[in-house]
Amino acid sequence: MSSPGLHAYLVLAALVFAIGLFGVLTRRNAIGILLGIELMLNAVNINLAAFARFHNDLAGVIFTLFIISITVAEVGVGLAIVIAIFRVRRTVEADHLNLLRG
Amino acid sequence: MTAEGIIFWLVAAALLASSLAVVLTPNLFHAVLYLAAALVATAGVFLLLDSPFLFAVQLLLYAGGVVTVAVFAIMLTERLVGERITQTNRWVANGAIVSAAVLAGVLGFVVRSGQRAATVAPGGSVDRTPDVARALTGPFVLPFELLGVLLVAALLGALYFARAQD
Repeated sequence: MSSPGLHAYLVLAALVFAIGLFGVLTRRNAIGILLGIELMLNAVNINLAAFARFHNDLAGVIFTLFIISITVAEVGVGLAIVIAIFRVRRTVEADHLNLLRG
Repeated sequence: MTAEGIIFWLVAAALLASSLAVVLTPNLFHAVLYLAAALVATAGVFLLLDSPFLFAVQLLLYAGGVVTVAVFAIMLTERLVGERITQTNRWVANGAIVSAAVLAGVLGFVVRSGQRAATVAPGGSVDRTPDVARALTGPFVLPFELLGVLLVAALLGALYFARAQD
């Protein structure tokens, strides 16, 4: 087997994406859900970096940079919301956040 | 097998193992530490993909910033770190089925796409960091500036949400 091609990176990214999706769907803690989202975004970054490398196109690298920056902003706001919810409800379990239930 | 291939399989194994640990470990604090390991492994993948600049950004922003903030949030919200009984909801089997279905769909696309573009385009330089800088200040300058606006807005929003109440 020679050095890994594009498909090896794509399969690796798909596996990480599926693992992250599983985490998002099954964690009950809101922070755990955010960790799963981080994994999924990482998988997409691997995809874009691999396409940039194997197609010799710089746009993939730029996209990855933008995704990383936006993810940092998303994590900052998301965790701030989690902390704010914890102040009000004393819990961060997603199952218990039914404030809007009629 | 070439050295690059061996390193790829090692990094891939580390990435998959730490990713599985992130979603499966019952202790949320350990999950964040495993996430740090997964992010460093992803940085290794970027290094394998001839992107040293992405490697640096990944380490600085993800492994340095996101993990630290997540650890802070867990310490602020978890009362009994390490003593939680169950961290998963009732739908573990359903989540596994949906994830497996998505994985099968994506892998189906990957396999069907064939090998037509799986070779390195000739003439690519190894270190493309100067090209990244030129692209960011050239054709991508407007999204780059918008990113600055977004970061300021997110910073102010996070401060507003997490501020002390009165």
